[in-house]
Amino acid sequence: MAQSHRLSDGGRIDREQPLGFTFNGKSYQGYAGDTLASALLANGVMLVGRSFKYHRPRGILSAGVEETNAPVQLETGPRTEPNLPATEIELYDGLSAASVNCWPSVEIDAMEVNDLLSRLMPAAFYYKTFMWPARFWMSYEKAIRQAAGLGTTPVHRDPDRYDKMHLHCDVLVAGGGPAGLAAALAAGRTGARVVIAEQQAEFGGALLGERDEIDGAPAIEWVAAALAELAAMPEVRLLPRTTVFGYYDHNFVALLEHRGDTVGTRKRLWKVRVKQTVLATGAIERPLVFADNDRPGIMLAGAARTYANRFAVTPGRRAVIFTNNDDAYRTALDLKAAGVEVACVVDLRGDPDGDLPDRADAQGIEVLGGWAVTAVHGRKRVNAVEVMALDASGEAVDGEPRRIDCDLVCVSGGWNPTLHLFSQSGGRARFDAARSLFVPGDSMQAECSVGAANGTFGLASCLTEGHEAGAAAAAGAGRRRSQKRISVPRVAETVEGAWRNLWVVPGKHPVGRRAKHFVDLHNDVTAADIQLSAREGYESVEHTKRYTTLGMGPDQGKTSNIAGLAILARERGADIPDVGTTTFRPPYTPVTFGALAGRDIGPLADPVRRTPMHHWHERAGAVFEDVGQWKRPRYYHRPSETMGDAVDRECLAARNSVAILDASTLGKIDIQGPDAAELLNRVYTNAWDALAVDRCRYGLMLGEDGMVMDDGVTARLGENRYLMTTTTGNAARVMGWLEEWLQTEWPELKVHLTSVTEQWATVTLSGPHARRLLGAFTTDIDLDAKAFPFMSLRQGTVAGIPARVFRISFTGESSFEINVPAGYGLALWTALMGAGEKYGITPYGTEAMHVLRAEKGFIIVGQETDGTVTPVDLGMDWVLSKKKDFIGKRSLDRADCQRLDRKQLVGLLTEDPNSVLPEGAQIVSELRDKPPMPMIGHVTSSYFSANLGRSIALALVKDGRARQGQTVHVPLDDRTPRAVIADPAFYDPEGDRLHG
Amino acid sequence: MADPFQWQSPLAHLGLAARSNREGDPGDAGVHLSERPARTQVNLRGDSADDAFNEAVTMVLGVGLPARPNTTAAGEGVTVLWLGPDEWLVVAAPDVDRLAALETALAGHGAAVTEVSESRAVIGLTGANAREVLMKGCALDLHPRAFRAGRCAQTLLARAGVILHQTGNEPAYDIYVARSFADYLWTWLEDAAGEYGVRVTGADT
Repeated sequence: MAQSHRLSDGGRIDREQPLGFTFNGKSYQGYAGDTLASALLANGVMLVGRSFKYHRPRGILSAGVEETNAPVQLETGPRTEPNLPATEIELYDGLSAASVNCWPSVEIDAMEVNDLLSRLMPAAFYYKTFMWPARFWMSYEKAIRQAAGLGTTPVHRDPDRYDKMHLHCDVLVAGGGPAGLAAALAAGRTGARVVIAEQQAEFGGALLGERDEIDGAPAIEWVAAALAELAAMPEVRLLPRTTVFGYYDHNFVALLEHRGDTVGTRKRLWKVRVKQTVLATGAIERPLVFADNDRPGIMLAGAARTYANRFAVTPGRRAVIFTNNDDAYRTALDLKAAGVEVACVVDLRGDPDGDLPDRADAQGIEVLGGWAVTAVHGRKRVNAVEVMALDASGEAVDGEPRRIDCDLVCVSGGWNPTLHLFSQSGGRARFDAARSLFVPGDSMQAECSVGAANGTFGLASCLTEGHEAGAAAAAGAGRRRSQKRISVPRVAETVEGAWRNLWVVPGKHPVGRRAKHFVDLHNDVTAADIQLSAREGYESVEHTKRYTTLGMGPDQGKTSNIAGLAILARERGADIPDVGTTTFRPPYTPVTFGALAGRDIGPLADPVRRTPMHHWHERAGAVFEDVGQWKRPRYYHRPSETMGDAVDRECLAARNSVAILDASTLGKIDIQGPDAAELLNRVYTNAWDALAVDRCRYGLMLGEDGMVMDDGVTARLGENRYLMTTTTGNAARVMGWLEEWLQTEWPELKVHLTSVTEQWATVTLSGPHARRLLGAFTTDIDLDAKAFPFMSLRQGTVAGIPARVFRISFTGESSFEINVPAGYGLALWTALMGAGEKYGITPYGTEAMHVLRAEKGFIIVGQETDGTVTPVDLGMDWVLSKKKDFIGKRSLDRADCQRLDRKQLVGLLTEDPNSVLPEGAQIVSELRDKPPMPMIGHVTSSYFSANLGRSIALALVKDGRARQGQTVHVPLDDRTPRAVIADPAFYDPEGDRLHG
Repeated sequence: MADPFQWQSPLAHLGLAARSNREGDPGDAGVHLSERPARTQVNLRGDSADDAFNEAVTMVLGVGLPARPNTTAAGEGVTVLWLGPDEWLVVAAPDVDRLAALETALAGHGAAVTEVSESRAVIGLTGANAREVLMKGCALDLHPRAFRAGRCAQTLLARAGVILHQTGNEPAYDIYVARSFADYLWTWLEDAAGEYGVRVTGADT
């Protein structure tokens, strides 16, 4: 298909590389170097979307990141991305995109009725209308979302790859226009580590779309030379297609790089620590606020000449330029040079007299000084404007309107420095009253703004400022100044006149009548909306923003900010700086979640910690349970078994033959030094002075609040050496806790801690045959119960492997815990499994372990405790030393800890022995017809015990120990089982088996 | 003594030696990965301001303890990594005697000598793009101006705590990672290195 609006030559597109694409189902052709927007315009497509609230037809407004009107849905299926501005999408062959926010099509949109009803939909219409009844909000919201149409999110898994890079540099330059390139050159020449990021595919910034000359040649040649010099510097990194989107504390800056589809990684998030940042982020042109200023064909003046100069596209056939400044005359001149008929320049200023108006005059372009556009004709495309002369005050128009036919209106209200990153860095904008624009104020971090971002608009000044800032940044980062003479390129400076700021252009009718004066095209916020919100009392700009949605969402006020503030200021009779500015928040432009997740997805989402025996468990059918980051076998599944069957089988084996557990995940801390016992005395509730070498003791650790924090067995390995075990989940926390006390409170203690959790593989044998099985593997450890009593340890060899064997037990059976160097864990395990076959050795998982310990009434920290449970509550007074101090001791004397009605650990036996209570179920003593009923406690652990042939449960019950024998009720959704309060030790309460 | 054939390295289950043989010559892959051979690792705690402690260590190891943060000291068959103001990692060829000698020499010096040889896997990372791979998961500045051969650091690589030791300026790194995280980190490294081309090399290269 012919590109009806494409020039036959010029521009930075490659006519040798035609690219086919579809938009809203129609096929078109563009060229390499196009954006989707320029390619659409080349094909004469101006109408690209519908507005957010009123569904008014909208056309392409800009040529850059500030685009408010052309969000598109790019591609379909798993790769689809919503709300990408067509101006930012590089054209590629086969691209497919569609308008968002319209149904059934962009030409005919059913919701356009909103525009006709707009008198009924003032600012904050949703808040006012849909608030009552509050319970309906959820259904309102759904319908509103549908109507507002924000594009559609992909529902499939994203097939693309995203990743992240950390980077450190001396100087980061944000923006690859003239000022940014000059800064990068100056910094790079010192040998500094420089990163320069440019959001577009091509470096050059505004120079790409202008006809400027540098050193007497087209500016683009200077750009090419600068890039070549930068590319040759080994410490300079050029990042095209990369947006600096977030500026955080300590000069931590985040960049998003679009790498394209061919390199494997589609987008990359750069996390950069910067010594000195140069913000060369340019400026964004201000629209003018006038009647129906949103009609397709109304375009920012700078964008119009960018399309002509850079993309060789004429966005219209006959143009009217509407301006308050000299810069827009460049558009008049460039469009005329590109063959567009320029009907006239409508200038709000009475007597424009800079270099550029003179040049326009010389070209025979009609200039209407002191006139304004007062009406726009054409809904889906401008076909004419009406212009009227302003009166002397500029507050009103008078005389007869004049109609000018045109299909393109190029507007310019001046330029706003892009302050988003500066604002994110913590800086506050300063209002330059003489020019009525916000410029960067004092720096709060190591950054500076240059060029248009600093309010410096002339090309010569931009280059000088960039050079100086780049050199200063490199020096600030510690680089010596380059000895080479820095030659700032020569540019003829153009003299430009001042702007005339009429924040709302007067027209035939008052604002808000007959026509709409849009301030924020992205969110459909009009001048009348802002005036209304001020009248309704929303005087703070932050309130106005939220009330009207001005400057919210992906747009972040790029085009609307200053006009909105000015209108609010006028309404309040205040000066613009007194109204304040809203905060620009990261990201500057939207960042896809894929890039934020990077490679932390799927199997890499979180580390999986595996024991040395992990793969044996896998092959044996283990069903794993997450304990922290560890995978522990929960039970070993056999074909035709339910989980209950497997757990019963494992539990029975532990009490009747022999069972084997991988306990490698338990935390292990090697404690060495003459004050080791003293440390234990202080952090554990019981006394450690009398523990003999080769003996073990159970310890309970409390927080400063007196609540149980961790427990475990600690063994004395030597005169000044102990081995502490912690629960699996708390290993790192306990290590940190001990180190914190040692380093901050008790530096006088001579003791060192070393984590040895990973050094040892731990295998536990439990059951009546455990001793006989182990006996076949050791010759140097006497396993006899008298020679090697309960709660002691021996060092020797097991299966020829150096081992530490502990006689400790969590199951209540005669148990041996064997520790060997981790690399031998699997060898030991398989040896024991092989030899244990004749005893019916059974591997058991955490579920059976939980059942077995519950049969004994042993607690699990984090299950029987929840941070509000004291040792006394657990009936563990025996572990509290009265003779010494320990962390948490004083807290146990608090009145609350002494209360008689505290919840205490008890056993619970259901009347129906087969009824297993759900963990967490609430317990009542007195059953009523319906809630509320006073609750006296809750179930903490509950299982079916195959060994006991019935269900058992542990519970925390108010004054529970005094309630022994009482019947309580456990109201559930569908039934209310009765249960009797019992002693928590259900099995072998005397512990004969343990010691055997 | 234990049968050494029963011993398994932390990444034994990945069959890296077979892969290395199968994949052959590293060729032009940008990244070479290997599981480094077993070595004795001893965690040493002590008072660096105590001359007697320093002398005793130097006597046994033949090299003094590095005092500057994040540096290493190399002696005959032994390397010492600075981990903290009072903590070092002593790395040597498998050598039980040296460990015992250190324990004996430091008795009474308020030091702690703890064998941790089995605690960590050591992954070798070399190749032209080795640094880029680390940059994907490590927030430290690894540029040659900031981090060179002979430097070490305790840091996070992706989501695993590691000791990073730069062993050569090619660059070459040894990455010490807790045994239970080794499988995760290896998977992460292969994934991160994919775009540069990865070859698994034998343990000794």
